[in-house]
Amino acid sequence: MINDFVIRFANVNGTGSASANEMFAKAIFRMGIPVSPKNIFPSNIQGLPTWYEVRVSEKGYLGRREGINIMLSVNPQSMSKDIANVKSGGYFIYDSTKELHKDMIRDDIHYLGIPMMQMCMDKFADPRQRQLLKNMVYVGALTALLDIELPVLHQIIQEKFKNKEKLVTANFEAVDMGRTYAMEHFTCPLKYRVERRDKVGDWIMIDGNSACGLGAVYAGATVLSWYPITPSTSLADAFGKYAKKYRIDPETGKNNFAIVQAEDELAAIGMVIGANWNGARSFTATSGPGVSLMSEFLGLAYFAEIPTVLIDVQRGGPSTGMPTRTQQSDVMIAAYASHGDTKQVLLFPSTPGECFEQTVLAFDLAEQLQTPVLVMTDLDLGMNENMSPPLKWDDSKVYERGKVLDAKQLEDIEYYGRYLDTDGDGIPYRTIPGTHPTKGSFFTRGTSRDEYAVYTEEAPAYVRNMDRLMKKWETAKEYVPGPEFYQEEKQSNIGMIFFGTTTYAAMEAKELLEARDIQIDAMRVKAFPFNESVKEFIDSHDRIFVVEQNRDGQLRSLLISEFVMNSNKLVSVLNYDGFPITADLIRQKIYENLIGKLDPGFIEHEIAEPTDTDISE
Amino acid sequence: MTFVRPVFRHPESPTNRLGYTRKFYEGALSTLCAGCGHDSVSGAIIQACFEMAVEPHRVAKLSGIGCSSKTPAYFLANSHGFNSVHGRMPSVATGAYLANRDLMYIGISGDGDSASIGMGQFVHAIRRNLNITYIIMNNGCYGLTKGQDSATADFGSKSKAGIPNMYQSIDMAGLALELGASFVGRSFSGDKEQLIPMIKAAMSHPGFALIDVVSPCVTFNNNQGSTKSYDYTREHIETTAAVDFVPLMSEITAQYEEGNSINVNLHDGSVIHLSKLAKDWDPQDRHSAMNRLYHAKASGEVLTGLIFIDTETRDLHSLLNTTDTALNSLGKENLCPGSSVLEDINAALR
Repeated sequence: MINDFVIRFANVNGTGSASANEMFAKAIFRMGIPVSPKNIFPSNIQGLPTWYEVRVSEKGYLGRREGINIMLSVNPQSMSKDIANVKSGGYFIYDSTKELHKDMIRDDIHYLGIPMMQMCMDKFADPRQRQLLKNMVYVGALTALLDIELPVLHQIIQEKFKNKEKLVTANFEAVDMGRTYAMEHFTCPLKYRVERRDKVGDWIMIDGNSACGLGAVYAGATVLSWYPITPSTSLADAFGKYAKKYRIDPETGKNNFAIVQAEDELAAIGMVIGANWNGARSFTATSGPGVSLMSEFLGLAYFAEIPTVLIDVQRGGPSTGMPTRTQQSDVMIAAYASHGDTKQVLLFPSTPGECFEQTVLAFDLAEQLQTPVLVMTDLDLGMNENMSPPLKWDDSKVYERGKVLDAKQLEDIEYYGRYLDTDGDGIPYRTIPGTHPTKGSFFTRGTSRDEYAVYTEEAPAYVRNMDRLMKKWETAKEYVPGPEFYQEEKQSNIGMIFFGTTTYAAMEAKELLEARDIQIDAMRVKAFPFNESVKEFIDSHDRIFVVEQNRDGQLRSLLISEFVMNSNKLVSVLNYDGFPITADLIRQKIYENLIGKLDPGFIEHEIAEPTDTDISE
Repeated sequence: MTFVRPVFRHPESPTNRLGYTRKFYEGALSTLCAGCGHDSVSGAIIQACFEMAVEPHRVAKLSGIGCSSKTPAYFLANSHGFNSVHGRMPSVATGAYLANRDLMYIGISGDGDSASIGMGQFVHAIRRNLNITYIIMNNGCYGLTKGQDSATADFGSKSKAGIPNMYQSIDMAGLALELGASFVGRSFSGDKEQLIPMIKAAMSHPGFALIDVVSPCVTFNNNQGSTKSYDYTREHIETTAAVDFVPLMSEITAQYEEGNSINVNLHDGSVIHLSKLAKDWDPQDRHSAMNRLYHAKASGEVLTGLIFIDTETRDLHSLLNTTDTALNSLGKENLCPGSSVLEDINAALR
């Protein structure tokens, strides 16, 4: 089992395990082997169970896979469930400072006890250091057990604790203790192990939230207003971090940006709208509960036609739901956010590289279309260090500011009407406050108005405006990115549609099904409104599986309602338990639907997930 | 509707320093009820901007929802206006101010808009000290939905139907003082002599300047027993001091009585002159201002005038250390780190 296994770490949150676990994953990545690490954490700061799962896959499958081959456990709270979750024939590595109770013994898995805490007690004096370095002891043991190259790990430690020589030494010592213990007590390496490859190319590892934050810096965003909410908080933090690094005026030391932590999500989006109205690129980041609160303002921005960028890092809903679990369940509320006839532009990134790219695009689209653009990521993408193609920037890129009249243009035109459809594409011309002494000022309002922004309740004027907004919506289809197809031409009458973080699992499932002689054409939706090629794909297939991570098949509903079509041929494949969807689940559901029985290959991976019912919000 | 405005203007109407007539500062015709206090406030804003020789297109006027929030359409036609959503003007104004620190911001709100649905935003805008003249046209009721009590209706004040309000009222000036507002004034829509100079002073103040204007609702809250009626306000008005505002670049022509008066010097060089000072009150001492306000309220008086001013205040941009250039005028060269930096970032993530 070289370069193909899943290892899960069972830790207590607040004990520094995240940093050690990330170094572990990074070491394998640096050995040229694709990895997909995922945090499975509680909505809590300290003391509750938290897991870190790494899928190692030479073939580059980056979706989550069920069936844990190796469990590394240092948390007694969750130990019995953790043991139950190990796949038969797998390994349970634990802190043997305290002896394992006999109830914990399964006869179909291997137990490897390492007295990690005891070793740290003997070696290190400082209590906090003992706790932190215990994590490095098991990472050290894993270098021996899994054949991880020690110099690679050493290098990572040195980079991490740059200029902190004492910490480097202590970490090296902890790693060495673990490694030595493993080599002295166990047969190393285990059957699951790694071996250097050249399979990651120039890819990077970054979380989607950082990529979005960096994208906003590159896109020229100057105003961020936000309200803390998991899992989007680290996006605002990332923007702040990068802005402080790259946006300080070299001469004055002053900030070429402004960040305000708002009093709530309503104010956060209000500030974004005010800033964009006034000509600055501005954005907010939030999650489902925030989108609910922001809906009123999203309606205003839609109707008054104010560029707005919102990044929605989706989590488990409804209501407070599962704040630290992932879902794609805000699709519907985002697409039609706010009362009345509203339609919002959505983008669906699936990798950090796309998070960066689509955040930049969102600012362009918002200004070109003069409307809100919502970038729909999720916790899985946003908060995990995902492997991704490198971030790309073309220095010749121009910020697309859309139709904005400057003082000279205003001077030259005969008359100005904010909502006149001069070009016939439904997109009118904006002016920025303060531009011209006597021309171009208007009264922005959420009430109905005529082409000159004057309040009116005249039915024809209202209808003209609503119809023009619809025309703009049609225009938007030409601006937003089209879908991605994974076959050059039609191969099958069966199709599969997915978006965002479902992509890796869906693509893996496609391959698994191909191995069972089931050919499926795949299409990834990258934006809403859907353009014509989405419709063509649906029309040209007899049965289409719509794979997504919510209960109600929201993308499927959106497709049906936008295309006004017969729904029978669209079959939902859903996962909404809060864990990232797996290829096995997709394969199984599709197989069952097509063949009428379970795929026997599925059973072997069917293993219960850890539950944490006692975790409070 | 209030009135039909004469179309004819005398060709030799006086002009201000910029050569504009007062008409240049007017807006669309008001659709509020005849005699509405709000129209007087709009008039005072027009007069203040005219006298201050403000460039109208360098003003942004923002509001929420309600009768008061309609008024930005009725003044400064050459300014951009933003009639946002109910109670949310402060956030929109904050964003606008962050985007461009060079414009002058006038926020218009009402008691429903600021004291109820928008209380959260009102409070936090004060905390952040954005540079805005924030005028609450306060009539103690919801005019646009036919006269329900608002949160500023005084306890026991009677509605048109004769029913006394059974809830405690919120004093917006007192609240602003408590929150650390750097300029707090209260006025009466029927007292232009006081309101115009106060608006001028507020516009010159480099921070959050609240003017809570008692502005009676002639249709729903001008009855006997109401504490926000014209009659009640006139009978119970008490002023902290007579206010005069002397802008920078003006000669001081007014003659003031010696003693019992002070000048508050603003950083831009303009001066607020306060004469006939109320006893036991120092407009630059928050504690005494709060006391003064409390005593007036306890005795059923409507205290008007400039209540408090802190000339040493630091506004939001100063607190955030934002660059002096308006953020909306920064170009890609100031904003985008470029591809070579991104290469370095990529390299560090491998």
